[in-house]
Amino acid sequence: MWDYIKLIVLGVIAIVAAIAANYARDLAYLVHAIIIFLTASGLFLWQIRRIGEPAPVHNPNEYMDGVVRAGVIATAFWGVIGFLAGVFIAAQLTWPQLNFEWAQGYLNFGRLRPLHTSAVIFAFGGNALIATAFYVVQRTSAARLWGGNLAWFVFWGYQLFIVMAATGYVLGSTQGNEYAEPEWLPDLWLTIVWVAFLLVFMGTIINRREPHIYVANWFYMAFIVTVAMLHIVNNVSIPVSVWGSKSVPVWSGVQSAMIQWWYGHNAVGFFLTAGFLGMMYYFIPKQAERPVYSYKLSIVHFWALIFLYIWAGPHHLHYTALPDWAQTLGMTFSIMLWMPSWGGMINGLMTLSGAWDKLRTDPVIRMMVVAVGFYGMATFEGPMMSIKTVNALSHYTDWTVGHVHSAALGWNGMITFGALYYLVPKLWQREGLYSLRLVSWHFWLATLGIVLYAASMWVTGIMEGLMWREVDAQGFLVNSFADTVAAKFPMYVVRTLGGLMFLTGAIIMCYNLWKTVTSTAERKPAPAAAVAAE
Amino acid sequence: MADAPKNKPTGKKEDDIPTTGHSWDGIEEYDNPMPRWWVWIFLITVVWSVGYWIAYPAWPGIQSATSGLLGYSSRANVATEIAEFETRNDVWFAQLTETDLDEIREDPELHRFAVNAGASVFAAQCSQCHGAGGAGVQAAGYPNLLNDAWLWGGTMDDIVTTVTWGIRNEDYPEARWSEMPAFGVDGLLDEDEIDEIVHYVLRMSGQDHDEALADAGAEGYEWNCASCHGDAGEGDYFVGAPALNNQIWFYGGSEDDIRHSIYYSRFGVMPGFETRLREAEIRAVAAYVHQLGGGQ
Repeated sequence: MWDYIKLIVLGVIAIVAAIAANYARDLAYLVHAIIIFLTASGLFLWQIRRIGEPAPVHNPNEYMDGVVRAGVIATAFWGVIGFLAGVFIAAQLTWPQLNFEWAQGYLNFGRLRPLHTSAVIFAFGGNALIATAFYVVQRTSAARLWGGNLAWFVFWGYQLFIVMAATGYVLGSTQGNEYAEPEWLPDLWLTIVWVAFLLVFMGTIINRREPHIYVANWFYMAFIVTVAMLHIVNNVSIPVSVWGSKSVPVWSGVQSAMIQWWYGHNAVGFFLTAGFLGMMYYFIPKQAERPVYSYKLSIVHFWALIFLYIWAGPHHLHYTALPDWAQTLGMTFSIMLWMPSWGGMINGLMTLSGAWDKLRTDPVIRMMVVAVGFYGMATFEGPMMSIKTVNALSHYTDWTVGHVHSAALGWNGMITFGALYYLVPKLWQREGLYSLRLVSWHFWLATLGIVLYAASMWVTGIMEGLMWREVDAQGFLVNSFADTVAAKFPMYVVRTLGGLMFLTGAIIMCYNLWKTVTSTAERKPAPAAAVAAE
Repeated sequence: MADAPKNKPTGKKEDDIPTTGHSWDGIEEYDNPMPRWWVWIFLITVVWSVGYWIAYPAWPGIQSATSGLLGYSSRANVATEIAEFETRNDVWFAQLTETDLDEIREDPELHRFAVNAGASVFAAQCSQCHGAGGAGVQAAGYPNLLNDAWLWGGTMDDIVTTVTWGIRNEDYPEARWSEMPAFGVDGLLDEDEIDEIVHYVLRMSGQDHDEALADAGAEGYEWNCASCHGDAGEGDYFVGAPALNNQIWFYGGSEDDIRHSIYYSRFGVMPGFETRLREAEIRAVAAYVHQLGGGQ
């Protein structure tokens, strides 16, 4: 019965997509319709061939790890793609000739920039969050993922969203809102996938066989719920035509800007901070084999972080049409956010106290510690940059870019790498990693790459900020914009080099993980049981 | 698929710090107090924020927001700062508007002010096309302003007119206007005739050329080009026709470039700044451009 419903739904989707492709008003929409058509009809055929086959019965005491394995592969894959795009656009900024004439309108900086940001944040980071959330929630709830194959729907649905977003950017379909570029069709699809994600996660929590919910799961839950809210509110728009990709946003003017940065800042706060803190709260104690430093601290900093973060968005709009009062609130809430953010860093670092010797022997722990270190640095730098007088210098400059990257590469990147190094031997039942030496290489390449990146952006950022505001005694501007661009060239070379090192490290990681799966000894099967604590 | 049973703590606890008593997948939690310094700094930031809300505009009501004890307003601050410079420069701007254009450079102090002000206007309004240093973009149609090759003339008067109304734009009927025919596209000349004129122009500008073709091109040049570009290729400021008897080119001087210019024509556009800049600013930027090297 259920199979036939699935067949009917898939068939209807395929037919509607084919009709949509026929009436498509623009290329991006046409490509999206074709992608949906191919996906739906492929699934239709796959489903029809399996009809009547008995459904495989899963042991409810067995963890569902296949989808986590797929998530690990997707994370590594999209990571390399996203870093590669980043290195390329960094090179385009350094040497504009790389905006090739023949690729204008497809591969120029303007088209590739959102491709890079979405690939690293949503494809790499998002897959890492979904995969680790699925892994962690099962272990810490001692329960199998709720909803059967719904978890697989979340995984593949999310990949479909990524492909639609990426093809849209290259073909020029964008809402023009930073980190919220996809148009209404991919947005609607992501909403469905995200609700499924929430259901799987919450269902597993409800089914848990532990009396309490572990702190990592609080953070994952906050991340999933808040991102759903942010995504929906910021993307309220009316399609110009159901057969075209373009839509008109409902918000306009300064309200639109405010909602966009309420979204944008909390994409940082809940996607890149809360979600990844969930990751940190599981993998650091596991890898260090130490108890979490302070339960009280985790409660207080969790609630403080959740309550304060949502207010901080206006600091992206200092000295604009946004009223002064909103700017004040954005700035003060950012300042108050400093310690709640650091609570996570303290709990991460102090968990290692008593196990500091592991830093010498375990490069994976080293990676996680550096991640927490960069997290602490970025969450100090952020509140500082939100102060209006500092922001007057730093805003619109490369300093912001440096800040974002020290956080994204240092914190999100490194903690994800640490989690992948932890997960792969576990998920593929291996004795250990293929080579710790290669992990060390990855560690140093990535760390030095981040240092080059961040330092060069601090220098250019402060330099161009000072150049922009420089006026002579009579109040006349001293520098033209082109002067500042020319002055930044050497630092842009350094930045590209830093990015290249980070990319190289990630490629080394992929090789190492590949060899771990294919050519290390298998671990003796452990008794498969999800058993609750007493 | 799963790890070993989860109910035994894996952590090595060699101390007496109490835990909360739970264990998730082997992870325990210490019942440590929050670090004192953390709590204190957090409270200090909260107190500071409350103080800031009292001093500055902060909390919204239905109609307006609290305005703060300091009466701060970012817009008012900008307006004050601009007004401050305006008052200081007003005398100069007035003098700049009143002085005869060619007499500005006679007054060293006024000239210094004009060049300074003009440089800033140039950086903000002109450098996008003419380059931060005024060297233009060679062979791309953005003229170099450092030399004495002018399209529409290089006196103060000429420059002020060009800046005020612009060139071939739709915004101002007063804009400078002329239009070179597209000899190839519009079928005014055939390929052979164009080829001959190309070589004639190559000879005129002192470049390698085919002598026979150049000779043959003389007549075509005289009939089609000389009325604007001059018999000897000296150009004409009145119609914005560039000189062809030198090595300075706006769209490149190679055989292919010249053929392209004749075949398709060129149509450089510059916006007018009549409504965007004050008269004094236009005069200032003209004074700046005039002293770059080519002023007449």
